Amino acid sequence: MEMPVPDSDVLSRKARVVERLRSVLPADAVIDDPMETRAYECDALTAYRCPPMVAVLPGTTAQVSDVLRICHAEGVPVVPRGSGTSLAGGALPTADCVILGVARMNEVLETDYDNRFVRVQTGRTNLSVTGAVESDGFFYAPDPSSQLACAIAGNIAMNSGGAHCLKYGVTTNNLMGVTLVQMDGAVVEIGGAHLDSGGLDLLGVICGSEGQLGVVTEATLRILHKPEGARPVLMGFDSAEIAGACVGDIIKAGVLPVAIEFMDKMLIEVCEDFAKADYPMCEALLIVEVEGSDAEIDDQLALITEIARRHNPVALRESASPEESARIWAGRKAAFSAIGRVSDYMCLDGTIPVSELPYVLRRIGEMSQKYGLPVGNVFHAGDGNMHPLICYDANKPGDLEICEEFGAEVLKLCVEVGGCLTGEHGVGIEKRDLMTYQYAPSDLEAQMAIKDVFDPRWLLNPAKVFPLAVSQPRRSALLAAE
Amino acid sequence: MTLLTSEADVAEEVSGATGPLIVRGGGTRAVGRPVTGEVLEVSGLSGITLYEPGALTIVAQAGTPLAEIEAALAAENQRLAFEPYDMTGLLGTAGASTIGGVIATNASGPRRIQAGAARDFALGVRFVDGAGHVVKNGGRVMKNVTGYDLVKLMSGSWGTLGVLTEVSLKVLPAVEATTTLVIRNLSPERAVAAMSAALGSPFEVSGAAWIDGAVWLRLEGFASSVAYRATSLQDVLRGFGDVTRTDDADWTRVRDAVPLHGLPTVWRVSVKPGDGPDVIAALPEGCQSMMDWGGGLIWVGQGEGDGAATHRIVQDVVARLGGHATLMKGADDLRAAVPVFQPEAPGVAVLSAALRARFDPRGILNPGLMVA
Repeated sequence: MEMPVPDSDVLSRKARVVERLRSVLPADAVIDDPMETRAYECDALTAYRCPPMVAVLPGTTAQVSDVLRICHAEGVPVVPRGSGTSLAGGALPTADCVILGVARMNEVLETDYDNRFVRVQTGRTNLSVTGAVESDGFFYAPDPSSQLACAIAGNIAMNSGGAHCLKYGVTTNNLMGVTLVQMDGAVVEIGGAHLDSGGLDLLGVICGSEGQLGVVTEATLRILHKPEGARPVLMGFDSAEIAGACVGDIIKAGVLPVAIEFMDKMLIEVCEDFAKADYPMCEALLIVEVEGSDAEIDDQLALITEIARRHNPVALRESASPEESARIWAGRKAAFSAIGRVSDYMCLDGTIPVSELPYVLRRIGEMSQKYGLPVGNVFHAGDGNMHPLICYDANKPGDLEICEEFGAEVLKLCVEVGGCLTGEHGVGIEKRDLMTYQYAPSDLEAQMAIKDVFDPRWLLNPAKVFPLAVSQPRRSALLAAE
Repeated sequence: MTLLTSEADVAEEVSGATGPLIVRGGGTRAVGRPVTGEVLEVSGLSGITLYEPGALTIVAQAGTPLAEIEAALAAENQRLAFEPYDMTGLLGTAGASTIGGVIATNASGPRRIQAGAARDFALGVRFVDGAGHVVKNGGRVMKNVTGYDLVKLMSGSWGTLGVLTEVSLKVLPAVEATTTLVIRNLSPERAVAAMSAALGSPFEVSGAAWIDGAVWLRLEGFASSVAYRATSLQDVLRGFGDVTRTDDADWTRVRDAVPLHGLPTVWRVSVKPGDGPDVIAALPEGCQSMMDWGGGLIWVGQGEGDGAATHRIVQDVVARLGGHATLMKGADDLRAAVPVFQPEAPGVAVLSAALRARFDPRGILNPGLMVA
């Protein structure tokens, strides 16, 4: 992966930068020992590593502002970091950067059930947002698989989704306001506990901007009352085509399940081995979950199973208890860890129109043959968000490169059939160089215009999202000016 | 004015423009500071380009009449869940809403409180920026985080950043049954308390309004489910008075602010729901109001009276509480004299102005409509 050449001038001023950072942060919040900065050398895309020059762990918005003001004055790139769970390399450092970790900022600042929101510091993990309100019957809806570890800061940066977003939407649909610290240290409040923007929807642009427009330190999040109950049903089919047709029929019938998850045989096996969820062994498994009272669930599942029966399922089983439901979901949510036990893998998240699922799965199978790498498929079938997991051997020279070539071909296929490169993980560095397949130069120019406005010197989270060649003229002009 | 029928036509018209352009779809939304210029009519870009009911997505050219889209969806038993409002009655305008106008103004109705706003259902856009460049963003799939989200930025930008040429939307199934619980004679405070209790319940209330002094709470879904939830919710709300149930409530009265039709000056205010009564309490005598979104959306109307003074009062109280107030209807001279859209905090205003300068460098797209 090509990264910009580290700025030797910045590197030569490391001691001075560290000293300035220490003047505004507690002693233990500035990490500059190369042994310790290694802890920040990568995120969950572990194939790429680069220790940062310095890492800082501020505890307040004011400290974040101080850090950014100093880095801005010193011309030091800043890479914001939540919990480091990005699968796209969204928090990959550059050698000349300051990593700004928000992990120490994890307080709940305000809980308001009458108005149905919480305001939190963004280092708080996704699951612990729900944890703060669930004893009162509420929850925060977006639920990425990594929700135990991932921070709200990263969820906002990547506009994270989850298994239940068919009904509840993704982060951007549940985010009401942010405190944004800009690269020059200015702090702005955008949105709040009210709905929608009275002017331009800056909140909508910030969400999903991969930490390139500012550092979000506080967030107002919509919370909802938990449903009375939820119950999944497992459906096994002889082929992905049949499962796909069943999904389409369920949606067309007017039922909106809270989640429709798909797993192929390989994933069923590794997840079953991991979670003992008693999954049926078949070519294609759907987990369909509905919510409501017991009677409401019965009614919806009656309709859904009737539709499923028309497609000759090889297995059809409702969860019989909350414990069984929990196991069914534990298996699905552990899919990445489960496959990680048996192989190195690369996880893609291209999204396609639901109608193209059978075709795309067939093509991925053909590519698997061509590249000689096994692939498992698990995905959010209701919204076409795929997760092909391509297995490779990190210790075998050349295997990663073959895997990346395979991945790129899959993502190009997603775009070709009317979909996109990434549905919920973000572009990061992983899909950066594929952006030109989805977007024309004028499309990327419009996005970079936004970057120019928020971060005119292009110091925040460098070398992500835009292909280096595309951003090169801007970055060269900035260097020349300085 | 030439009839524009394609995106290329729009691009050519914009790049060749020598002065301000008034971007117009159906011409139903005479909102904002008055703009003088040549009308750029996009209603010639019309037609549904793709509709996949099984994927819950529809793509249409921006000038497609909203009614045409709603009819196509209804034929497949689907709908636009954000319930776009129709401003013709309130504003006394002719014409028919276009889907581009709906997205450009982020026009959402009562179901916004549960399902989300127009911006939440917008999956992709194509537009022509102020320099005449064609730009696309997003796409036609439900989850898409590829690059920055210009779809949200374009939603609610009132044609000041670009001229929408095509939009793609997420749609949802229509429902089998709808019912409304009604509690009469509630003060704004008691009304918001009742609506908060309902919206904080697990019963998926899809509309919560205070209209004609009564609270309306809407439940939608399968008939058996609606019946169950109506009974359960009646139990929750017993302390607020007699809770009656009707299947005939006309929610377009709420959506289109029908009780305020005929009044010369009307505001649309968004605050957190609990602050709704504070906004109402601050209004000068003679103003009429109604609440939607559980108290978070307040429609204010004024007959006789000093519109400019009321405008200041409303925007001041909203600035203090947090939120925004927009003058949705007013005489031309009033709209020219006051900030029609809530003034933004200085740091935000700088960012917005810089974005406008980048997307519309010549300042020719609805110039001054949102900010003088």
